[in-house]
Amino acid sequence: MATIEKPAVFEAPGHADSPVTLKPRYENFIGGEWIAPVSGEYTDNLSPATGKAFCQVPKSTPADIELALDAAHAAAPAWGRASLTERSRVLNRIADAIDANLEMLGVAESWENGKPVRETLAADIPLAADHFRYFASVIRAEEGSIAEIDGQTMAYHFREPLGVVGQIIPFNFPILMAAWKIAPALAAGNCTVVKPASPTPWSLLKLCELLEDIVPAGVLNVVNGPGAETGRALASNKRIAKIAFTGETVTGRLIMGYAAQNLIPSTTELGGKSPNVFFADIMAEDDEFFDKAIEGLVLYAFNKGEVCTCPSRALIEESIYDEFMPRVLERIGAITQGSPLDPSTMLGPQVSSAQLAKIQSYVEIGRAEGAEVLIGGDRNVLEGELAEGYYHEPTVLKGTNDMRVFQEEIFGPVVSVTTFKDEAQALEIANDTMYGLGAGVWTRDGARAYRMGRAIKAGRVWTNCYHLYPAHAAFGGYKASGVGRENHKMMLDHYSQTKNLLVSYDPKAMGFF
Amino acid sequence: MSTPARVTVTPQAADKIRALAARHGPLVLHQSGGCCDGSSPMCLLADELPPGPGDRLLGEVAGTPFYIDADQDRRWGEPEFLIDIQPGAATSFSLEGTDDVHFVIRAPGATENRPEGATS
Repeated sequence: MATIEKPAVFEAPGHADSPVTLKPRYENFIGGEWIAPVSGEYTDNLSPATGKAFCQVPKSTPADIELALDAAHAAAPAWGRASLTERSRVLNRIADAIDANLEMLGVAESWENGKPVRETLAADIPLAADHFRYFASVIRAEEGSIAEIDGQTMAYHFREPLGVVGQIIPFNFPILMAAWKIAPALAAGNCTVVKPASPTPWSLLKLCELLEDIVPAGVLNVVNGPGAETGRALASNKRIAKIAFTGETVTGRLIMGYAAQNLIPSTTELGGKSPNVFFADIMAEDDEFFDKAIEGLVLYAFNKGEVCTCPSRALIEESIYDEFMPRVLERIGAITQGSPLDPSTMLGPQVSSAQLAKIQSYVEIGRAEGAEVLIGGDRNVLEGELAEGYYHEPTVLKGTNDMRVFQEEIFGPVVSVTTFKDEAQALEIANDTMYGLGAGVWTRDGARAYRMGRAIKAGRVWTNCYHLYPAHAAFGGYKASGVGRENHKMMLDHYSQTKNLLVSYDPKAMGFF
Repeated sequence: MSTPARVTVTPQAADKIRALAARHGPLVLHQSGGCCDGSSPMCLLADELPPGPGDRLLGEVAGTPFYIDADQDRRWGEPEFLIDIQPGAATSFSLEGTDDVHFVIRAPGATENRPEGATS
């Protein structure tokens, strides 16, 4: 009889048997080279699994942003003129390099952010590769337009690159969110200066190491440092033609303010408090679909809940609550926590001690507001070298939508659960939030799914699924969740100018003068 | 007696705010929301993000005004805020991040740190 062997735990980066090599210190990636920060200052980069430093990265200053902008501007004319065939080839080669290094990048990303390696190997890294391939493809099928204004006057429309853009990446998907931003920018013929999030500065540099000979020098530049200095120096810079940002609302306002000052466009993705709505008919049968619905609720724990679209409010039809919830809690109780490099780990550590502390404080706030803790509720202290990792138990709070834990994004493995009486109340609760990024609807009734999907004020409504992020499905927010879309060819509009040539083939003067 | 300010600050956080003001000039605190560093109070240059029509002034700490979006405040149930400080860099544009610390909000009484009291 065959025995199923448990897959081996990956060794941490730097270990002789690890797929990831590690240097004690990394530099900024500028002009295709590794450039030390002007100030000579570095900062320790910690792994959330152990709370220990494992390498150093630059603590850059505005001077380093200027160097990156110099390199980007030097590269911009040639890259902007490169044929679509050539740009597409480069993007495809980036995708090939990612695919060929799946395990290395997956382990690096996992050690950097704390997300379980089974997620990085199956989702983050393959999706990143696919994103480059998607934009490599769509630009080959792009065309401008010709409008015949009258028999002798033509309006031709072309896309042209913006030039040099700035892009600020969040910490929750350091490589995938970078891919979401870099791929469309490069596809549209722009050069970019990227500022990774402070807690996750390193894994994108491991990707850049693979791209030294693939991406022309200066087309992609990465500068690490504190947001207050480097992020601000990039976002407010007169030398960028567009700024893209994913993060929280006050920085979102700052970003849009800088863009207003410099008269450039911005796109912002600012999070949510996404409702996940479960109608009674999901329990009409105890079948595959019902099993999928149970997982659909538990997906709040995906990526430790550090997802802008985390389904962090579960709305359950009152009539099934008593039967449905025990099945959900059973599934949550089976979640395993451990080293993110263990392929059997389902829930890794939060990205930073700050995130862990915030989650703990929100569970306390929930308790004080009268929410009932159905499972979890505490930090999880593991053994050995993981004892100082930033682990939090998967947690369910039962309460009402007027509580703070239903209104503010906790960004952890915490779901707030409440009940509704009918479809109208489900919709009212779903929309009773400042945000509108994601939502989920679970029902066997197609007409109801359609009504709800259209009426929920959110940019993405997953219907009988959740947390799927395929390229070619637009992603972005309503309300306070930001402005703009990603993950779709419409991004080319965000990263292009429209050039109109209005051409007369009429030899006659207008006759005014 | 006037209504007590809804925002207070721990001595450690007040010291940091004053140090940042000495370094940068007048500051402003804005309560953030949303993803990543959402829910953190952000410390910015006063002229970088002037209060908008939707912002509500909750008080002043260490000589620095503290604002929150009025809709957000209402949805949070208009709580009292205690501003504290913790190790670990702010990952947002908040100014204290450069010093490898970050401001946090707490419910007054939920911590051993006693508030210094609103200064105005």
